[in-house]
Amino acid sequence: MRPTRTGPRGPAVAAGRRTVRGRPVLRRATRHRLAADAALLLTAAAFAIPLAWLVLASLDPHATLRVGLPASPTLGNFSAVLTDEITFTPMLNSLLICGGATLLTVVCAALAAYPLSRFRSRLCRPYLLTVLFATCLPITAVMVPVYALFVRVDLIDTRYGTALFLAAAQLPFAIWLMKNFTDGVPKALEEAAWTDGASWWQTLRRIILPLMGPGCGVVAIYTFIMMWGNFFVPFMLLLSPENLPASVSIFTFFGNYGAIAFGELAAFSILYSTPVILLYILVSRRLGGGFALGGAVKG
Amino acid sequence: MNRRLLRWSPLAPATVLLLLFLAGPIGYCGYLAFTDTQLTGQESASFVGLANFRRAFADPAFRNAVVLTLVFTVVSSLLGQNTLGLALAGLMRRASRPVRALTGAVVITAWVLPEIVAGFLLYTFFERRGTLNALLEWLHLPTQDWLFTLPILAVSFANVWRGTAFSMLIYSAALAEIPREVTESAAVDGAGGLRRLWHITLPMIRRSIGTNLMLNTLQTLSVFGLIWAITRGGPGNRSQTLPVFMYDQAFLKSLIGYGTAVALLLLVVGALFSAVYLRLLREDT
Repeated sequence: MRPTRTGPRGPAVAAGRRTVRGRPVLRRATRHRLAADAALLLTAAAFAIPLAWLVLASLDPHATLRVGLPASPTLGNFSAVLTDEITFTPMLNSLLICGGATLLTVVCAALAAYPLSRFRSRLCRPYLLTVLFATCLPITAVMVPVYALFVRVDLIDTRYGTALFLAAAQLPFAIWLMKNFTDGVPKALEEAAWTDGASWWQTLRRIILPLMGPGCGVVAIYTFIMMWGNFFVPFMLLLSPENLPASVSIFTFFGNYGAIAFGELAAFSILYSTPVILLYILVSRRLGGGFALGGAVKG
Repeated sequence: MNRRLLRWSPLAPATVLLLLFLAGPIGYCGYLAFTDTQLTGQESASFVGLANFRRAFADPAFRNAVVLTLVFTVVSSLLGQNTLGLALAGLMRRASRPVRALTGAVVITAWVLPEIVAGFLLYTFFERRGTLNALLEWLHLPTQDWLFTLPILAVSFANVWRGTAFSMLIYSAALAEIPREVTESAAVDGAGGLRRLWHITLPMIRRSIGTNLMLNTLQTLSVFGLIWAITRGGPGNRSQTLPVFMYDQAFLKSLIGYGTAVALLLLVVGALFSAVYLRLLREDT
């Protein structure tokens, strides 16, 4: 039944040289497409179940662990979690820590990327290789010594200390990404500035940085997304409740599963996830599919 | 000379930050791992040589963590994310546009969600009173307490759910690079789907496969939040992979030195994988 319905659409989809070989090929192409559609829809459904729970439970005043349509959907869960203690303080902490760290990362990466991209030196290649190597290292593994070190130098349980470490952890990848963006900025423009007598600092500030703007934006958004979702680093380095970002507070507030309100947990999860999803959409629009971000994702 | 120094000076902030907060801890890791530092009483720590490592290799809990880490990596990264990602990318090339867009959106959403949220969601899915058992009941299949009977497989599936999008994106890009003429001429010559996959598609994207496997493995090796949110390494230590074991020893058992030794081993494995990855990249260019 379904093939006959989609049959007429076949030629349009499988246009081109395939039509030369006549109808049987077309039918096979249609059959393949339907099989692929079915398989993908099945996978998508499986992937969507936990997401469906998230949305439905957030609207359900009597949410359980199971996916189910709420009998009387309300926004009560959202208003219940929109308090200073549960949402606003942790979100503000997240914003301060991740925002500060992102700013530091992007500035450092942009400054470092310029000479690495433009000047020749014997040390360039080893430096970049080291950076790329550091990109891949499992940061999780250094958290125990980082904790011990932070206790020694009295940076433990400080938001700026956590931000400094987050910035350093994201910096290798940010430098790498930024260097590639800088390589794409045409050199002719700055050579023109050079001949007009601009110093390299002026060139950097007036010509290069504005041209690197889009690159900086992408690096900033990517860095921010990675930091916003990071659980382990603030979990280790911050202790007092008033310092905790949303990624950890969600765990301390709701972590003791027993008698928790699942609807509120879902509502808070949505509030906490929304910024990164919006940012991801923004950046993937710009990059067309978001593949360029796939460079290095690590915990 | 002065000008050259000035030219390279923008490199300074990044380098200082990296040295202080990345190279510093890694170096400190190399030192702590050979001491008997404890969480309480930093002063009394003394150098103990390889004692921590000897202890680790004799410790059944450590060996348990190594085995579980291997299971977790093989199931979730090699078999799960990698194969499913390739399959999805391949199917997407044939599927109709709306289905492709829908599947991409759902799979990528799972990837973009913060780790801890993903952990909560998969917890509700696998929990005894959760959605998976509800589905099984609906299909009249036997249910069980998945987080108790098969905790390591549950967290592996959670990692597949969360990480497949990355492989899918890498393979989508790789498959788009294969010229259509190549597969088409093979099809005309009568090569079936499986043979085309094995003899044409896979060899042509082998670089992407290498890159993807390396990055997946590195990412999977350092998963902590996901497992912590779902099982906390339990029940007992039956889903305690190396990062969780490291945390458990260093903070819950207060053995910073021992925990760091485990961390150093993890770091060395990660460094080896990174080195292989760099080699792969170099062949690439």
